[in-house]
Amino acid sequence: MGKFFAIVLVIIAVASAYPILAHHFPLPEDISTHGHLIDDQLNETMVEAGVSFVGAQLVLAAFLWSFTGRKPGSPLKNFPGGARILVVFAFVIVGLEVLALGVLGQKAWASVYFTAPSADALQVQAQAEQFAFYFRYPGPDGKFGQLHPEKIDEGNQNYFGLDPENDVAARDDIVSGELVIPVNKEIHLMMHGKDVGHSFYVRELRIQQDFMPGLDLAVHFTATKVGKYEIVCTQLCGLGHYNMKAYLNVMSQADYDNWLKQQSQ
Amino acid sequence: MSETSAQQAHVHAPPEGFLRKYVFSLDHKVIGKQYYALALVAVFTGMFLSWLMRIHMVWPNAKIPGLELLSKVGAPGGIMTPEYYLSLMTMHGTLMVFFVLTNAPFAAFGNYFLPIQIGAEDMAFPRFNMMSFWTTFVAWAVLMLAFVIPDGPPIAGWTEYTPLSAIGKDAGPGMEWGASLWGISIALFCVGSLLGALNFIATTLDLRAKGMTLMRMPLCTWAWFITSCIALLAFAVLLPACILLILDRHAGTSFFIPAGIVASDRLQPHSGGSPLLWQHLFWFFGHPEVYIAILPSMGIVSHILINSMRKPLLSAKVVIYSMMSIGFLSYMVWGHHMFLSGMNPMSGLAFSFPTLTITIPATILTLIWLGSLYGANIQINSASLFALGFISMFVAGGVSGFLLAQPSIDIYLHATYFVVGHFHMVMGVASLFGVFAGTYFWFPKMTGRFMNEGLGKLHFWITFIGTYCIFMPFHYLGLIGNVRRYQSFVDDYMAPYLGVHKFMTIAALITGAGQLIFLFNLIYSRFKGKPAPDNPWNATSLEWSIPSPPPWNNFGGKHPVVYHDPFQYGVKGSKGDFVMQDSPEQVPASGD
Amino acid sequence: MQMKQMVIAGVVMLAASALAVANPNPAGGTITGKVTYTGTPAKMKPIDMSKEPSCAKMYTTPPTAETVVTGPGDTLADVVVYISAGAPDDPAPSSAAVFTQKGCRYIPHVLAFQVNQELKIVNEDQTSHNIHPLPKLNREWNKSQPPGTPPISEKYDKAEFIPVKCNVHPWMHGNFAVLKNSHYTVTGDNGTFTLPNLPPGKYTVTAWQESYGDQSQDVTVSGGETKTINFVFKAKPY
Repeated sequence: MGKFFAIVLVIIAVASAYPILAHHFPLPEDISTHGHLIDDQLNETMVEAGVSFVGAQLVLAAFLWSFTGRKPGSPLKNFPGGARILVVFAFVIVGLEVLALGVLGQKAWASVYFTAPSADALQVQAQAEQFAFYFRYPGPDGKFGQLHPEKIDEGNQNYFGLDPENDVAARDDIVSGELVIPVNKEIHLMMHGKDVGHSFYVRELRIQQDFMPGLDLAVHFTATKVGKYEIVCTQLCGLGHYNMKAYLNVMSQADYDNWLKQQSQ
Repeated sequence: MSETSAQQAHVHAPPEGFLRKYVFSLDHKVIGKQYYALALVAVFTGMFLSWLMRIHMVWPNAKIPGLELLSKVGAPGGIMTPEYYLSLMTMHGTLMVFFVLTNAPFAAFGNYFLPIQIGAEDMAFPRFNMMSFWTTFVAWAVLMLAFVIPDGPPIAGWTEYTPLSAIGKDAGPGMEWGASLWGISIALFCVGSLLGALNFIATTLDLRAKGMTLMRMPLCTWAWFITSCIALLAFAVLLPACILLILDRHAGTSFFIPAGIVASDRLQPHSGGSPLLWQHLFWFFGHPEVYIAILPSMGIVSHILINSMRKPLLSAKVVIYSMMSIGFLSYMVWGHHMFLSGMNPMSGLAFSFPTLTITIPATILTLIWLGSLYGANIQINSASLFALGFISMFVAGGVSGFLLAQPSIDIYLHATYFVVGHFHMVMGVASLFGVFAGTYFWFPKMTGRFMNEGLGKLHFWITFIGTYCIFMPFHYLGLIGNVRRYQSFVDDYMAPYLGVHKFMTIAALITGAGQLIFLFNLIYSRFKGKPAPDNPWNATSLEWSIPSPPPWNNFGGKHPVVYHDPFQYGVKGSKGDFVMQDSPEQVPASGD
Repeated sequence: MQMKQMVIAGVVMLAASALAVANPNPAGGTITGKVTYTGTPAKMKPIDMSKEPSCAKMYTTPPTAETVVTGPGDTLADVVVYISAGAPDDPAPSSAAVFTQKGCRYIPHVLAFQVNQELKIVNEDQTSHNIHPLPKLNREWNKSQPPGTPPISEKYDKAEFIPVKCNVHPWMHGNFAVLKNSHYTVTGDNGTFTLPNLPPGKYTVTAWQESYGDQSQDVTVSGGETKTINFVFKAKPY
């Protein structure tokens, strides 16, 4: 049975690696300026993980093949080099490699989190609530109105709790169920959680960030391709979590300006 | 060392009467079996819940016959509502992580075998031990109560993030009494585990027999000891966290709830709290918890492998130090569950480096196991199959950690099926393989009978191949961005991949059915299994020097004396190619 | 049931209802009137249903919010006009009041029915809804209704105006008006209301609009006569 086990291990190793090597589950197209750093990091690490996985399964298979079902009285041998060489290997090869990944990977992390948005980035506020995303633009006056949680009236579509009666800046704020942005323009997305934890995830943008009620969080990114992409919630927020989504609509600058003008009417 | 007087201080009279013998027993062996029975009930419940979840994910609008009997509100007309899916998911995770993976490899086997393996008559505090089991039992009963209350079980996942879990019923269905029951249950579980951990530590340090130095303890004993040290700190943080959560829910406090939250059209009357605080407290427990789940299995697998290979591991000391490093490092990595939570981005890097560093002791262990197989004389039986399978599974589950440990990659993979595949493979499969291996290995000792070998091998193959079929595709789905904790997949980009989910569901149902073979084998063999001698595996550690099943005081009133470590295999012993720990015969000096 | 019996029963029911309509109780009075507004009501914005494509595709132009629904001539629709004092409580009718979820909206936007009358909630959409009425006096509950599940049956035992929301779709809002007697109606686009079959007596008629609150007027009705009263609400621009 040891030899059978070895064969099964080889089949499992190959069958597990195959869908990756055959690109059956490809990453979605990258439509962001920073995404390639993440993709490179991911692909590099997948190679290492894959080699480690396949390698370990094949070594296990080889040893099971050779060292099960042996004749009674067969001599016992020790792995040449014993524990010492394996410990060195683990520290030096695996340890250094894996830590190198961490050091190199910080560039991708930094590109998202350690750089501030540029001064002329387009400001949009995203609000996550059970179970939809809403987006607010400052409107022609360029100013966001104040949020008043006690004034939220969803039946009247006042999702943000604006007070246009008393707050002049709030009167021209544009609220949309779609995140509409111009292509090739940096977006500064301010994130406000209305009730419980939610998260903003656009696969193609390689962006994911939790909304934390009580904290003012933000992400910034630049989309490089026109099109409609799904924004999905990735933080369990209640019964409608599976159905909580919105569309990211990346338009040409001209189309975006038109859309903005229409919303203001 | 005063171990003789310490041992004498713990002598107690043989149990009398049904209650004292089988219910409120002070005997660590009975308590171990009670933990095992509780874990068995929990694992089959959890598995049944996962079947319902997987069926629903693939056929969301299907009428599941009989489901309405389980919950009329949760499944009107047999069709599972979205919140009931989340309830089942929450209970699945809670049962599996706490009541299976903490109970079975650690509390069950540890309680049964740790005292015997160090040559003691019982644990240091038998009464604490009994309280620890019954507290855990009450915790389980409180949790299961959530199934029968009208509002149903909580829906916030086993992680119960705030504010969803803290604001009460305005958060949604199941978040009224269901979530409170969860908090009470887990708080009780913490108390039971703390009592257990204290016991293990005191026993290991104080009650070792003469000649049983720390370095002569079997590797599973070491694993239980290290796990207890981790558990003591980890559960000590989760317990107050649960209490604070209950206070927020019922006493109007705001530890975890900031101002301005509007849920169910109501402004919540709280302010000043931090939802991030819950995450810190929970994961400060939660990460060590996953090592609490895997370390005992590592110890059990090492223990069984040595016996099955008929040769010691390349270095027991390296294995012990690696397990200790894993335990130590496990406290420095909790933030890797929170890379995207809104913490200062610097902490992303700060947590990433210790997480990547844990790869080193994990790799050392894997290489030691693999390297030790070289030149060995591996005996194949149900126990060794699972022990060997553990190595395969641990690698499979562990390497996905390379990706998740890096915050930049986590931006893409967080909250996808990649994470779910990772933790199921290491915890749900590898750790469970250690439990299976331990069961087949120690069943003869615990009952005096063998489990059926043919059924055991069948169980192994169905489980080994089946779990690869179920959980490998989780990683692929994660790579395309399949989000987790969804009751069904309505997003456009998921449409091409629904077939993969169907495959996984069918694999899960078949593999699950295979576990019934194990259950049958367990119960049948208990009464009708082939009688087993005291040392059927020609093993060296102290549990094999006493009768099967052991008498109430383990060593029959005698105090064993230990002369060797438990790794004397491949030597010319008087009974064969091994020398038992308590055998005074000399062994030719070996390199270790 | 046999075909012949069904036909006979049907004919009898038709005849009875025709008689009832043609011949209201000659001793009963009627209160009738119109509900209008002054000022400029807030503009009802179109609803963005893009997060729920199965509903969004049912509309060629997006529907608007229904908090304030007006008609030609400054009339107000969806106003509940009812007798709030002067009439005894009535037992609940055996028929159910039906509240439908369709196109991710509640139909009707305002549903008036009686205390202890059966409320039947139906989901005609391809998506799951979770209806959550928010009462202050009655028992609060919410229930999920995946597509294909049977209608939900509930009832309220206290009179109350209850806002209703959908836990899954934030724009879905409606109202229940749970009333004590059978003298009520909900205005349509023309803003008119008629409360027939009133025994002689002094009554308080109340008109309720979800944004503008309620107004009451006292009316005395003697046998057989029709009295006309009107309600004028002050519109709010925001």
